[in-house]
This record gives sequence, C-alpha cells and structure tokens, in this order.
Amino acid sequence: MTTYSTNEFKNGLKIMLDADPCSIIENEFVKPGKGQAFNRVKIRNLKTGRVVERTFKSGDTIPGADVIDAEMQYLYNDGEFWYFMSPETFEQLAADKTAVGDSAKWLKEQAICLVTLWDGVPLSVEPPNHVILKVTETDPGVRGDTSGGGGKPATLETGAVVRVPLFINIGDSLKVNTQTGEYIARAKE
Amino acid sequence: MSPDGNWQPQASLATLRLRAALLAEAREFFARRGFLEVETPILAHAGAADAQLAQFALDDPIHGPLFLQTSPEYAMKRLLLAGSGSIYQVTKAFRQGEAGARHNPEFTLIEWYGLGYDHKRLIDEACALIRELVPRLVADTRITRFRDAFRHVIGVDPIDDPTSALCAAADTLIPSASALALTDRDEILDLLMCQAVAPGFPDDRLTVITDYPASQAALARVNTRGLADRFEIYCGAIELANGFHEAATHAEYARRFAAEKQKRRDRGLPPIPTDERLLAALDQNPLPDCAGVAMGFDRVLMLAIRAAHISETITFAIDRA
Repeated sequence: MTTYSTNEFKNGLKIMLDADPCSIIENEFVKPGKGQAFNRVKIRNLKTGRVVERTFKSGDTIPGADVIDAEMQYLYNDGEFWYFMSPETFEQLAADKTAVGDSAKWLKEQAICLVTLWDGVPLSVEPPNHVILKVTETDPGVRGDTSGGGGKPATLETGAVVRVPLFINIGDSLKVNTQTGEYIARAKE
Repeated sequence: MSPDGNWQPQASLATLRLRAALLAEAREFFARRGFLEVETPILAHAGAADAQLAQFALDDPIHGPLFLQTSPEYAMKRLLLAGSGSIYQVTKAFRQGEAGARHNPEFTLIEWYGLGYDHKRLIDEACALIRELVPRLVADTRITRFRDAFRHVIGVDPIDDPTSALCAAADTLIPSASALALTDRDEILDLLMCQAVAPGFPDDRLTVITDYPASQAALARVNTRGLADRFEIYCGAIELANGFHEAATHAEYARRFAAEKQKRRDRGLPPIPTDERLLAALDQNPLPDCAGVAMGFDRVLMLAIRAAHISETITFAIDRA
C-alpha cells in the first residue's frame, strides 16, 4: 500500500484514517518558533461524509487509500442495489443504499455519474450536475402564468420533488440542478 | 521529483516587478539612515545553535561539513565586533523541512543591527519600514506584552500559570493538539502563540509583541523584570519579524549555546558545530550595545499583494526549484 508523508499532503489526497477512507480537504503546515513543525489537516471521511480536524507531526507517514473517481453509466435498480457500468470496460458494479444515498432521487437510466470507488467498491455516487426528468405528479398548470413567481411542488419520474413554476404540467420534461435541487427550465423534447 | 512540465515562475511578472521595487525601497530606507549594506556567508562551518532549527548540512571534500545558514546573525555580530557600525543585509536563509503557505525552505531575510539602539527604537524603525513597503496598513501599530496578548486573546497567563493549564488551553483551543504530545513549556507556548493567540491579531495593522518569557529569550537581553527584551511583529497571524536588544557578553552567549547543545543531545539530534569565532571575538570585547531584527521579506511581499501562499512571491518555490 502506498504511504504518504506529511510533505506530500495536499487537497484531495486520499488517505486511510481509523480504518476508513478519507480525503484531505485542507492542509496547513505550521512551524511554531520553537516547537516541532506539524500539519494541521481537515479531513472528510468518505464513508460518513463527516469532517474532522487532525494534527500530524511533520514527517509522519500515513497509508494512502485506494480511492478513485470513475465515470460510470447508471443502468437500473433492483430494489436493493443500483447497478453501474464502466463505458470503457463494460464492467458492472452494484452500489448499495449507503453509497447511493440522496443521489438515488436523481438517477435516471443511462445517466453518466461519478462513482467513487474504494478498493473497487462503490463508496459514493454523484449524479450529473444537470438532469432532465419528466413530471409525474403536480397540480394542474395555470395557463398564462410564466412569471415563475410563487410556484408549486412537482414530483419527477425518479421520485425527486422540486419547486416549479405554476405553468408546469404532468408530462413536461424539466432541467434540474441536482446540486441545489432547483428547477432551471422546461426542456424541449 | 516528477517532471510535471511546470517550468513557469509561480510569482507573476507584476509581482516580480513589485518585489524588485520594494527591495530598492528597503535599500533606500537603510541608506537614508546611514546603514552599511553587507554580505556574509550563506555557507559556513558553524550552524545555528538553536536546537529547534533543522539545518541543511553539506559535505565538502576539502572543507568538510558545512551548513547553509538559517540566519546571518553570527556573522553580522562578528562584523559589529570588528567595528562595522550599523549594518544591514538582504540575504537568503535556509531551514530544512519547512514548506507550506508561509514557509519555503529557502527564503529572503532582511536583517539589520542598529548600533546604540535598544529594542524599542528598533520596533519603531522596523514598523516604519514595513509600513513604507505596505502602505495600506493602518498606521496605528499595537504594541502588547507577551503576557497581555495571551491574557486578552485566550485568557491564560503564560508566565504564572502552570504548564498543565497551558496544556489544557492548547487541547481546548487547538483540535487534536494532544497528538503532538508536547510537554516542553516553551513548545506549548509557541504552539498557543501561533495557533491561538496570533490568529486573534487584526490584519489591517501591525501588532508587536514584547517582553517574552526569559526561557524564550534566544539571544536577547533579559531585563530587570526577568523578561526578555525581544519582540515579534505580526500582521494578523503572520509573523513578519523577530528582534532583540542583543545580549552582549561572552558569558551569556556561551551559556545559551551550551544550553541549546544540551537540548540537542537530550533529543537525540545531530550535533551542530558552534561558531567558535563569534565566541572568540566576544571573549575580547562584549558586543557593542545594539538591537537587531530579522524580517521575512517574502512575507512582507505576501502582505503587499495579499497573497494566500508564499509561492506567489517567489520566482520558483521549492516544488519548482
């Protein structure tokens, strides 16, 4: 296994901490006038998403985590697992509920997602920033209101609920920002 | 080192022009005050006595072990002892293992010694130079005693509180400080200073800390209140300069060098040859009354351009050097 010394620490470096894969999100080298140099590091646990702060003496080594981000196509969900395929090797992988988490409500077949793998097993799934999804449920549209003011909830084909303008109807395709969960525009289809 | 193809300088050309202009301005500042510009060796037989400084050691087939200097202090003091009068220099200094947002293992110092100065006069002069180089700083400099800075910012007394109380404060204020397993009082004080106290300093003006505990005197005089006539100048949490009303006698230097030597032995660090020529000079005459200060020029330039990383001020920082 690769190990990293504190002088190789940088943002985005994947390391093992307390047996969990983590990513460095902030790294500060500190040299007190008299004292020993150290690195003050903010670390995100990639399993739980929690951020912790740790201090390492300069020169300490820490094992790297075999974590990679892969672009994979979402195939289907069998009720327990979500299946993804590598567009290059056609290899298929199953991601469980913990890995998919909140992203599940944005996943539509064929979408290219960013799957983070730890030792080859999906750790997390990030949907595309923008997705186009059909409205399956919403109050009837109000013709003539194109202002976008006010708004109403609409349920999309993947189960996500977003706030939409009053003129949106069932069957409309919408472009949605998955980062903010906000409606962007009606998509032509 | 990976050939990553990054051959370009890290500092912008505009910054390099400003760097040159500020160096010229600093030289002008010293010329106006009658300081002599000097150059002393970067490579020398002796290293710094300070046990905390990791130094680059070289091995020359003819001259044997040599050290890249962590500061020009000893050589400049030998010049003062030789009757140079007030002197300054712009030089490179080297410290092993230091690299981060405010550290590069090779950096530029402006160091100067004012003959007949005490630390108070030097504080005024050093602040005047920094404000000349960084005019946006508010003129109202705050001068605070070491003890008061700790009391005000983190509510502990660095002189009278027991080490256990300082340790507890570090554990509370600095997440996972306990991982460092510090037991040395001065190391804990330094940690608190740079990670808890200094971050409370305003970043629109200079803050000067004075009256250090005697254990942190380095080569400063200890005054009648038992505190060191040493000062540091900060802007926000960034330390810019460190100065002393200089200790003068051979006995003082010999005693402090020996103490650092002992500390090295205790920590299992390799021995560093003492500057015996400085001690020999002091044996003939005490150092003339003077105050000296070392100022990190790259950091002052960081302030001037509001840089977040020291590499923005250097042509090629260590990862591209």
